[in-house]
Amino acid sequence: MAEHQSESSQHAINKAELFVSYSLRIGVLLSATVILVGMVRFFMTGEGGYIGHSYPTKLGDIIAGAFTFKPFGIIMFGLVLLILTPIMRVGVSAIVFITEKDWLYVGISTIVFLILVSSFFFGK
Amino acid sequence: MEIVALKILLIAISAGIMGAILGLGGGIIMTPALTFLFGVDIQYAIGASLISVIATSSGAAIAYIRDGITNIRVGMFLEIATTVGAITGAIIGGIIAPNLLYSIFGVFLVYSAILMLKKVKQELPGEVTEHPMAKTLKLQGQYYDKALKKQISYKAANVYSGFGVMYGAGVISGLLGIGSGSFKVMAMDIFMKLPLKVSSATSNFMMGVTGAASAAIYLYRGDIDPVISAPVALGVLIGSTIGARLMQKLKSKTIRKLFIPVLMYIGMQMILQGLGVKL
Repeated sequence: MAEHQSESSQHAINKAELFVSYSLRIGVLLSATVILVGMVRFFMTGEGGYIGHSYPTKLGDIIAGAFTFKPFGIIMFGLVLLILTPIMRVGVSAIVFITEKDWLYVGISTIVFLILVSSFFFGK
Repeated sequence: MEIVALKILLIAISAGIMGAILGLGGGIIMTPALTFLFGVDIQYAIGASLISVIATSSGAAIAYIRDGITNIRVGMFLEIATTVGAITGAIIGGIIAPNLLYSIFGVFLVYSAILMLKKVKQELPGEVTEHPMAKTLKLQGQYYDKALKKQISYKAANVYSGFGVMYGAGVISGLLGIGSGSFKVMAMDIFMKLPLKVSSATSNFMMGVTGAASAAIYLYRGDIDPVISAPVALGVLIGSTIGARLMQKLKSKTIRKLFIPVLMYIGMQMILQGLGVKL
């Protein structure tokens, strides 16, 4: 009986974990595809689409570059997606903890998220 | 150009495999490989190794979380320590010369490698006295060990010292812009007495978050070069996917035997760097 109960609670955790795992898979596949498209285009055309070896480093320029199909713009956009994946994961975990009504961990996830956001201001 | 990209891709695949198995970001392979083999400037090598950290973390976590090896609660809780530590590191990095810190952390790593040597014959932590805080935070867990072919239940000990070491790991990340996976694995394995596979998978899981925070800064600075970072990202994603499957079939004893020399190497390198010896 006790074993049955622990099995069902284990099942609930698995479901939540599968959801986090699934969201990571989407982030990874999406960013890998975009990077690959950019690479292939770079090798086909032999140029990055910018003057010399320069490439966009600001979010707005990266998005603009990706939508005008410049190889380096596409690659940088894919890298931005890759960098955003773990941050999205913190958000997804928080949502999972909310659905589990695990308020302690909703709090912990929120704290981590806030510290992460503030780190962008502390950084040089 | 294509040949160089292909070579970087192959090295990145092996960095991804190793990083996923040991809970490290692969920076210890990527940074020296890029600087020594391909003559890449150190700033771009660090930028690419940050991409490697994030790619290892996300790539490996897909399998580790699905298979229940990662302890998400342990990871989330300890991320408070690593993120606050990372901010501290970024601040003090601008104030003091990090040389002394390098040496201190290096000595600490070598010391932990020696502590780990004592555990070399140990497959699982065995009976662990659960820390009262671990109970409140629900840090206990279980996973199916594919090498031992059985379900493993475990508890967490020494929550405070684990949290402290994690803070140190965060400081190093902030100072050096690395994932500092070696410190994370140690905090969980030696201090909190979690199974090595759980420690490695959870370290991997956590690394992406701190890596992402630093990567944004490096990207803005222009240190993330698309020609170098693209093959690194793709290779590491492939490698970490393979590594996360491979690790589950390995015995913890085997993983530990791979981990100790790596720990020694990183520790010695940090001590030398702190003493001003250029490698």
